[in-house]
Amino acid sequence: MVQTYSAPLRDMRFVLNELLDVGEIAALPGYEDATPDVIDAMIEEGAKLCENTLLPLNRPADEEGCHYENGVVRTPQGYKEAYKTFVDAGWTGVTLSPDYGGKGLPQLISMVFDEMVCSTNLAFGVYPLLTNGAAAVIELHAAEALKQAYLPRLGDGTWSGTMCLTEPHCGTDLGLIRTKAVPTDEGRYAISGTKIFISAGEHDLTENIVHLVLAKLPDAPPGVRGISLFLVPKRTLKEDGTAGPANGVSCGSIEEKMGIHGSATCVMHFDEAEGYLIGKPHKGLRCMFTMMNGARLGVGLQGLGLGETAYQSATAYAKDRRQGRGLKGAEEPEASADPIIVHPDVRRMLLNQRAINEGARALAYWTALQLDISRSHEDASVREDADELVQLMTPIIKAFFTDYGFEATNLAVQVHGGHGYIREHGMEQLVRDARISQIYEGANGIQALDLVGRKLPRRAGRYLRHFFHPAVAFIEENKDDPELADIVGPVGKALGKLQTATLVIAQRGLGDPEEAGAAASDYLRMFGLVAVGYMWCQMAKCARDKQNGDAFYDTKLKTARFYVQKVLPDSAGLFLKIMAGKGAVMAHGAEEF
Amino acid sequence: MKVLVAVKRTIDPNVKVRVKSDQTGVETANVKMAMNPFCEIAVEEAVRMKEAGSANEVVAVSAGADKAQETLRTALAMGADRAVHIVTEAELQPLAVARLLKVIADEEQPGLVIMGKQAIDDDSNQTGQMLAALLGWPQATFASEIEFKDGTADVTREIDGGLETLNVNLPAVVTTDLRLNEPRYASLPNIMKAKKKPIDRREADALGVDISPRLAIHKVEEPPKREAGIKVADVAELVAKLRDDAKVIG
Repeated sequence: MVQTYSAPLRDMRFVLNELLDVGEIAALPGYEDATPDVIDAMIEEGAKLCENTLLPLNRPADEEGCHYENGVVRTPQGYKEAYKTFVDAGWTGVTLSPDYGGKGLPQLISMVFDEMVCSTNLAFGVYPLLTNGAAAVIELHAAEALKQAYLPRLGDGTWSGTMCLTEPHCGTDLGLIRTKAVPTDEGRYAISGTKIFISAGEHDLTENIVHLVLAKLPDAPPGVRGISLFLVPKRTLKEDGTAGPANGVSCGSIEEKMGIHGSATCVMHFDEAEGYLIGKPHKGLRCMFTMMNGARLGVGLQGLGLGETAYQSATAYAKDRRQGRGLKGAEEPEASADPIIVHPDVRRMLLNQRAINEGARALAYWTALQLDISRSHEDASVREDADELVQLMTPIIKAFFTDYGFEATNLAVQVHGGHGYIREHGMEQLVRDARISQIYEGANGIQALDLVGRKLPRRAGRYLRHFFHPAVAFIEENKDDPELADIVGPVGKALGKLQTATLVIAQRGLGDPEEAGAAASDYLRMFGLVAVGYMWCQMAKCARDKQNGDAFYDTKLKTARFYVQKVLPDSAGLFLKIMAGKGAVMAHGAEEF
Repeated sequence: MKVLVAVKRTIDPNVKVRVKSDQTGVETANVKMAMNPFCEIAVEEAVRMKEAGSANEVVAVSAGADKAQETLRTALAMGADRAVHIVTEAELQPLAVARLLKVIADEEQPGLVIMGKQAIDDDSNQTGQMLAALLGWPQATFASEIEFKDGTADVTREIDGGLETLNVNLPAVVTTDLRLNEPRYASLPNIMKAKKKPIDRREADALGVDISPRLAIHKVEEPPKREAGIKVADVAELVAKLRDDAKVIG
């Protein structure tokens, strides 16, 4: 038995059509054709692609990895064919504007599909993820001529994209970058420098690669205020717009990594390569954040996607593997042993995975819907509110989902026992693949600082209120419902503690930023647990109202109770840690470590 | 040439099928449904014929309850031009489907009817053959390759022990085997377009044919569970067991 996955379409439909109203999408200008039936057909077709084309490639590509020889990178066997299938099925340029050859579909469709891609082949998914991100930056910030020249081919998958930020001596602190951009006569720039950890920097899937490179102009102010953004193609364009001669861009080597072996992680050298400015001089970081915010949500989905495969694989094994007997006696006496799913501890692990997956899915799709509203709603104030909620949720989805996704993959190994630790079943691959998601696109500690340092204080706590107000209102409205009280009540209490913790961090952090820093990761996790708890309250209500003999709704209510009784209480421990303050964290002198 | 392609909605091939507790059939409530895989191959072949220029219109047809419309949408998203939905809640057996399809074939006058060799639910493998007989057209079943020339088709068939190539005059009925092609995924733009393509709803009752079942199902059971194997000491014991217990050799 290897990695088991069939797209959780029933659960996806529950979130899209029953919990949320995906019909809201078609009411947004520009998305009139994205009616619920069309969205459903697309997701079903996307599921087939992921299950039948991407999943079978996941294990062998992990074993084989990428190949580097004389500056040329080859992706694992089968990647090229799978990429062609992916492109033919139209899953590139999904959200790109039709003005530039895109499909102009809502983010929601893209995010649901991304979840399935991450479940079935995380490493493969890196290539289109970066292309989409690069296209989004160009669409939003580049001059019209650049858009016309590059977007259609990024949109149809002929070319791919990258983001080039990190250098050998700087990752998180981009103010330190050394890559230079020197203006040339033709209004272009000569880009020189070395970038590392560049996902999809060089590969054989597309005929051209469009790098978005952070560099400094000669007159750049020091630090992060002096960073500009450039579009640097691997091959410059001919008169007719097709890929022409090689630019001064080369791949020096690829990294040997713990996981995502199918994704080429490259050292990229730029040697007076021709580049074109995107946005204003010295304002590049802001443009790049367009890409990074989208990519952070995408990475959050990697945690969810892997968590789903971890759960399905572990469940299949737990039902199949027979060892020992149930604690209260044999459950299947005619067989030589009971399946291990009879054991409370195995169920604990499976339900931990499941309760967080399903809650996280609801939170992700809700956020995706807000993302579409933030971009397309007619009313500017509705757009603004939705955008602020998305900004608040972005670090939570990135860090909380990937931390729990990693835990879920670890639990899958544990359920498999020794068979999880060996390579054959693919469980240890899930762990290795999941590990990077906690690191790239801003390490999870940075996400926590983003939440506490930027998102909490923004507009005097206004971002926060977009979450707290509806959550408090929902809990008030439903806490006395006798059938839901045991679910809504505890979430209400945890929410109250989260509000207290928020105030305490805000007050202490004002006088001492280290207080906020010491609490940040615990706070983000607590916020995640409460936000998912709020989703479980809504799902429980929805399931209760729909109960009609369909076992799905009964199961949903059982899982809601598991979440509230066995997962959510972790927030109480986190609360205590937050309240304890920074003292014990900062007490040691550096020499004491 | 116009191509008529018949499709059936069945339980998704990846779903583990369960027998209903009253043994009257298999459980279909809350079970994922999809286009029968052999039908997907038929649609793919029809769409490839259109892309290659040997067909100019592809019409998909299905018979069944309202939900059959979703299967027709899938066919349209794969590239069929329009669809006919024969609406009925009644249980349909192969002869009934063949009779319904004959009515549509008479109206549409296609140059070719192409369909799956069987559906994975009842595995009847009868509808194509019956339709050819009712129409009085040549038939070529289990196709693994189709080539058109001069108003005829060379159809390579997968038969026991090898391949056989038949030349049939058109119009004809061809049924598809698994190796004919690998069906595409419907692309996002085509899914959008499919929504705007017409599906003609026809009430089965109004088509003037008898669709009442001819076969009665008495009982449906799970196949017997595979029993644990045994070790034999030598060839003599093996032969004895095959002869006396398993009764597979004389």
